[in-house]
Amino acid sequence: MTQAPPPISAKSHAADPHLGPVARFLRATEIDTRLLGMAGALLLIWVGFHLYGAIFNGFGAFLTPRNLWNLSVQTSSIGIMACGMVLVIVTRNIDLSVGAMLGVTAMVMGLLQVEVLPKFLGLGHPAIWIITVIVGMTLGTLIGTLHGWLIAYRGIPSFIVTLGGLLIWRGSAFLAAGGKTISPVDSTFALLGGGPYGAVGATGSWIVGILGCVGVLWMLRNGRANRRKHEFPLRPMWAETFLAVLGCGAIIGAVLLVNSYPWPAGILKQYYERLGQPVPEDAFISHGFAIPVLILITVGILMTILMTRTRFGRYVFAIGGNPEAASLAGINTRWMTLKIFALMGMLAGLSGAVASARLNSATNALGVFDELYVIAAAVIGGTSLAGGIGTIYGAIMGALVFQSLQTGMVLIGFDTAVQQIVVGCVLVLAVYLDNVYRSVSK
Amino acid sequence: MTNKGTPLVEMRDISISFGGIKAVDHVTIDLHPGEVVGLLGHNGAGKSTLIKCLSGAYQKDAGQIFINGEEVEINNPRDARAQNIETIYQTLALADNLDAASNLFLGREIVSPLGFVDESKMESETRKIMARLNPNFRKFAVPVSALSGGQRQSVAIARAVYFNARILIMDEPTAALGPHETQMVSELIQELKAQGLGIFLIEHDIHNVMKLCDRASVMKNGQLVGTVNIADVTDEDLLGMIILGKKPAKAA
Repeated sequence: MTQAPPPISAKSHAADPHLGPVARFLRATEIDTRLLGMAGALLLIWVGFHLYGAIFNGFGAFLTPRNLWNLSVQTSSIGIMACGMVLVIVTRNIDLSVGAMLGVTAMVMGLLQVEVLPKFLGLGHPAIWIITVIVGMTLGTLIGTLHGWLIAYRGIPSFIVTLGGLLIWRGSAFLAAGGKTISPVDSTFALLGGGPYGAVGATGSWIVGILGCVGVLWMLRNGRANRRKHEFPLRPMWAETFLAVLGCGAIIGAVLLVNSYPWPAGILKQYYERLGQPVPEDAFISHGFAIPVLILITVGILMTILMTRTRFGRYVFAIGGNPEAASLAGINTRWMTLKIFALMGMLAGLSGAVASARLNSATNALGVFDELYVIAAAVIGGTSLAGGIGTIYGAIMGALVFQSLQTGMVLIGFDTAVQQIVVGCVLVLAVYLDNVYRSVSK
Repeated sequence: MTNKGTPLVEMRDISISFGGIKAVDHVTIDLHPGEVVGLLGHNGAGKSTLIKCLSGAYQKDAGQIFINGEEVEINNPRDARAQNIETIYQTLALADNLDAASNLFLGREIVSPLGFVDESKMESETRKIMARLNPNFRKFAVPVSALSGGQRQSVAIARAVYFNARILIMDEPTAALGPHETQMVSELIQELKAQGLGIFLIEHDIHNVMKLCDRASVMKNGQLVGTVNIADVTDEDLLGMIILGKKPAKAA
């Protein structure tokens, strides 16, 4: 009203001679500079560890298909839960119980598929893994619902409810199996955790990659059509092309990477023995994308749609921004809180399936400290503990950064104590940098 | 101004108390179409509390609410919106982290047939209404926390106006505004009144009340001092009602 109208949206794509080429480029492509920063940090960590290994240990082990493939699998379990944690933290809550929920759901799934279902269905029955996963996710959802109910309808702070939950579910997991380790899990179920068989192979990965590229192109095209329909300014064509090439390039790069990691000799031998053939001289069977990674990507896409394209997601952000305003706008904030914690529980159950499948067993140590890693991943990924701000892709990137640090330090031989110190420093530094970024970009 | 016929809103014998303190004590007020009724009183007199019973933010302990002569139950903000009651709160009730369009449509998003939020459509609708209310408004893509007080106010007003309100509640709409913006709000009130809306205006500035309102209901300590026609009273009469709780002899 009183302010002179700044030409923000009307002319945002016109070439502004006062801007440098980088700023003009970023404005035209509308790339999220935060995302760019995280990608840069990730690259720095990767190259840094690789060079450190190459210089001091004589072998750079980090930037190898094998390590990156393993990294992707290790990120899955934390990444899946971090997606849910974003919603929890955005609405100004916290969930300290995710590790314990993972533990108890994994233990129940372990008992179910090892000791209960085979009695009724027979060992190795194809329905076992489906029933197990459904039961595990349902159990997680029920636990999350209970937490959400206590928080939303009984007014107990989420910190306390989930701190109690951490102890209760950790203890319950121990009691459920009397402290035993449940192993081995159902052979189909085990595929959810990755491994040579738990990956989709070269052809499967190409199919995934092509679907991904089609998705990227469709999104760009759809976005452009929508802007034209409502007469919003369009990105310049070169910027659209650049984004298309970048998106598809990243996807194809990932496919090439996972396809260049072959099965190890032992697995090859086992595989051909089962076929009754000798191992060929030039045998090369690619891993391709691991199943847990595909689960993480699917969860990430669905959660992103949920957060950015549905009313539910809108309300999550509105509650985080101003709970009173959300409530005055007719949003049932209690019911929303309950649903968010239920969703968190469901994802913890899914993560429990992935984690126990990866270990091929349900142990008492499963998920210990995961709550801290998950919260750290979400926060490194730009989720604000003050509420109202956070993205799913940020949390997944955060999980990847976090896992990269840990893996990298193991590879170059830092001991656990040093690892903890480094991870702690990075967490604090990441949040500080995020604060700086926000105050500068305002 | 005299009003005959069924009032648009009648709040009859409303009471609400918090922890034993009667914030609103058997208050009856009404509002006709095309009328602006000022609600006056000290801080803590119970004006905002009373009006929050109508907007659904609070639930009355006793009393009845009639809309066009029919009794309605308003238990939450959704019920109020269903009756075409829109409220502009003193705090504006905006989610600071969301942009103008998201705030305007908060709780009433436009969704596509598949159930997805139609962001472009909402932004384009927001541009249309803002072009009418505040033609200088350009900041559609930024969170409302980055807007000036006046711009935030216009988002809050746009939200109330967009959804074809019949009854508008404005809680000190000009409290945080400069002279130019205050003028804009005054003009808007006149325009909406001409369209036949009924407006409850909570206002501290007696001059604004004299200028904008047709009638004024004055509250003190949770009770209604009285309701007067603005045409029949002076500034001093109103101040006397607010400060002393005394109803002027000549007013109806």
